[in-house]
Amino acid sequence: MIGPLISESRRLSLGKRGWLRSHKWWLLRRFSQITLLGLFMLGPWAGIWIVRGNFAASDIAGLVVLADPYIVVQGIFGGAIHAWPVLSGAAVITLAYLVLGGRAYCGWVCPVNIVTDTAFWLREKTGLTRDRKLDRRSRLVILAGTLFASALTGAVAWEFVNPVSLLQRALISGIGFGWSIILAVFLLDLFVSRRAWCSHLCPVGAFYGLIGRGALVRVSATRRSACTDCGACFNICPEPHVIVPALKGRGSPLILSGDCQNCGGCIDACPVDVFQISTRRPWLQTGAAE
Amino acid sequence: MASSKRKMTRRTAMQEIARGAGAACLGGFSLAALVRSASHADARALRPPGALPEPDFLAACVRCGLCVQACPYDTLSLAEWGAEAAVGTPFFTPRQEPCYMCRDVPCARACPTGALDREIPSIRDADMGVAVLVGHEDCLNYKGMNCSICVRVCPIRGDAITLEPGEVDGRKIMIPTVHSRHCTGCGTCEKHCVTGHASIRVLPRDLGLGGPGRNRAGRPA
Ligand code: SF4
Ligand code: SF4
Ligand code: SF4
Ligand code: SF4
Repeated sequence: MIGPLISESRRLSLGKRGWLRSHKWWLLRRFSQITLLGLFMLGPWAGIWIVRGNFAASDIAGLVVLADPYIVVQGIFGGAIHAWPVLSGAAVITLAYLVLGGRAYCGWVCPVNIVTDTAFWLREKTGLTRDRKLDRRSRLVILAGTLFASALTGAVAWEFVNPVSLLQRALISGIGFGWSIILAVFLLDLFVSRRAWCSHLCPVGAFYGLIGRGALVRVSATRRSACTDCGACFNICPEPHVIVPALKGRGSPLILSGDCQNCGGCIDACPVDVFQISTRRPWLQTGAAE
Repeated sequence: MASSKRKMTRRTAMQEIARGAGAACLGGFSLAALVRSASHADARALRPPGALPEPDFLAACVRCGLCVQACPYDTLSLAEWGAEAAVGTPFFTPRQEPCYMCRDVPCARACPTGALDREIPSIRDADMGVAVLVGHEDCLNYKGMNCSICVRVCPIRGDAITLEPGEVDGRKIMIPTVHSRHCTGCGTCEKHCVTGHASIRVLPRDLGLGGPGRNRAGRPA
């Protein structure tokens, strides 16, 4: 029934390990993304105020303030002298992603990820193959550009266009016009290039990628000797280049690149259980350390 | 051989970096141009009480909407594209919903960034703008009637706005007169003005006030 809807890259795993195990991390991620959005939407839409604010900064049950470090850093480049709550909030979030992997933000929090994953899935289902090559370092250039523009204008520059902010605000405050930019991202990913936005252009992802370079939580190709070269992990991964050194190299089996979203797609897709979630342990001088 | 190869890779690396830096500058300039053109449209936006001056506000505010959610009324909202404020930033339109001048200023206290002054001592220190009687020709008091709605609804009437006697065409009139030192720019007068478009409107201070005078040499008097 849902057979035709299942992505090709999960098929081998589906056959060997069943539906649940071939979708486990995907289910958990969607649950996390939707729950977080839902918590923010409960207040304005249902009057249940557990959290206030939005993904830019929030007040959690009146106990802690959390804040997006990238927006705060742009503000600092723009010459802002922030009050303490937003600075401590940004520090808490930075610490969390230092541990969890910066781009866990992309895989587990960002609502645009649902949009671009959908575009990627639709590409496969409709047989669209056009793939204009983009340099994945473009996002670092764009990131630098946003900081430069913030310094030039004295404003939080990327917030004037940021699709991530526009989408979460549209959902939380229920406002309309930002949808056009989300649609643009969707169409870009669908028609122009494989994973164009999140894996090549988005400076938010680039920023979190930099934070996550030394992250402790990492996916590991622990059983890489069992690899059958089926390619399922490369197909499902939003950043396939991160897998190569861990799976095919001779060094650490940990996926060390900051670009990895810890999304667990490879764990879901691998029919022979090569991958698992693991941790980097810089304090232990084992082979697993860098 | 090996060293020349290393030199080559170093040179291409340098070229790459230069290319990236160039692109970043170009992108930065374009984004800055967009931000500037968008910010010019904001000259008329009214900010919540306790807001920093507009240029500082745009750097400090993270667009979180905590102020909007803290307001017990439907006064504040976060700007959409095309609204009169920078996208995502909080503003209000007094003709729709004025600021009710809450004593405890919950919006400013909720701001995590200091874009709104969290320590604002009293709502009477707020400076959202200043009311200006822009529509003399339509204002009923100028026509010799005794409307005076703006004065009667002002939460701080007597200080912020008073009726001053005047004369037009030999007729005695009572002119609604705003005292900018006390007016907070809450917009209650604008909300309740009975003319088609409000004859009294709140403007940001730099638009609404004449500024101090200068002497003939152009120096501040
Ligand atoms: S790359 Fe950007 S848009 Fe994509 S998931 Fe990450 S933050 Fe969101
Ligand atoms: S002072 Fe009160 S009414 Fe005015 S904007 Fe703040 S919370 Fe809203
Ligand atoms: S609470 Fe402060 S930072 Fe948040 S939107 Fe309002 S003014 Fe901006
Ligand atoms: S804006 Fe109007 S109502 Fe508000 S304080 Fe000023 S004069 Fe009074």
